[in-house]
Amino acid sequence: MIYLKLFFTFFKIGLFTFGGGYAMLPLIQAEVANHGWLTQEQLINFVAVSESTPGPFAINISTYVGNQMGGILGGVCATLGVVMPSIIIILIVAQIFDRFKNSRIMQGCMAGLKPAVIGLIGSAMLSMVQTVFFTQGVSLSVLKTPAFYVSLALFGVMSVLALKKVHPIIIICISAVVGIAAGYGLGL
Amino acid sequence: MSALPKTDSYGKRLWGLFSSFFRIGAFTFGGGYAMIPLIQKEVVENKKWITDQDILDIVAIAESTPGPIAINTATFVGYRVAGVLGSAMATFGVVLPSFLIITLISYVLNEFQSLKAVQYAFFGIRAGVLALILKAWWSMYKQCPKKILSYCIAAGALIAAAFLDINVLFVIIGCAVTGLIASLLHGKRGAAK
Repeated sequence: MIYLKLFFTFFKIGLFTFGGGYAMLPLIQAEVANHGWLTQEQLINFVAVSESTPGPFAINISTYVGNQMGGILGGVCATLGVVMPSIIIILIVAQIFDRFKNSRIMQGCMAGLKPAVIGLIGSAMLSMVQTVFFTQGVSLSVLKTPAFYVSLALFGVMSVLALKKVHPIIIICISAVVGIAAGYGLGL
Repeated sequence: MSALPKTDSYGKRLWGLFSSFFRIGAFTFGGGYAMIPLIQKEVVENKKWITDQDILDIVAIAESTPGPIAINTATFVGYRVAGVLGSAMATFGVVLPSFLIITLISYVLNEFQSLKAVQYAFFGIRAGVLALILKAWWSMYKQCPKKILSYCIAAGALIAAAFLDINVLFVIIGCAVTGLIASLLHGKRGAAK
């Protein structure tokens, strides 16, 4: 049953996400891509969509995947799934707030989880590098394709802009325009 | 924790939670962290539901419990203002704009993604997205405590997930346990001194 599958997959994703923003990315990659629900390319495309629409990435991606796999009801199930662990856990934590705040156990776990997320996003980026730059598989023949150099140059310039705190939507717009220009101009 | 006087009626607070968080969900681009200042402004300054100190604690808890930060914060604030139903209303409010917009967009995307121009646009966008993720990663890296243990765990997680193909869930659990053991050992040593 796709609805139950969507609910439980996103429940699992919600339960194991620590932190905001892209902390969820490695889990989405592992769970959603492996189910065959979304290709790596679609996932990266959707990050751009999510950056250009309101709302948290977590909700955007679960609604999108749910919709793709099971229509509106699928979207509801996936979104409900990703939200449910938060609600349950926060309602429990709210009862023991003061003890939780100073808990050694919690602080110890967090000391491990923060760097873990950094390592995992690093790993997610590595596999995205493959998708973005090596569309025909990792080999040196990619050096002969103009698409590789366009992507590489774009990535370099956009990284500098991003680090200079240029708004993500502007970065996405510039990238899209360059992509279209290069696509038609170079006949990719 | 000190609670502010909640002068509004229960029903009014429930509706207030829904409408406030709906607005927050509809007007923040870029997710959880971008949302925190808006939530702060709305629930502390405008509605005066929660004190300045309490919202800091709530955000800190939202960061250290499972689940997306935006949802955790909404649930927690909702609970503090109007109990279990309040947490449901706040969460529903923050989720609804995204849900509606993305539902709409997923149909539009399906219609247009076969167009050549759209494919070219996304070809460029993918390189840009990689840059955005790199930037997000860099900010997280800068915030992480600079300890040898942190570096080891980050490197270990990277190697385990990227090269050893170990399931991400196991990597997360393993890193949490490692952090816990390290802090307990450290605590014991501290106590012995």
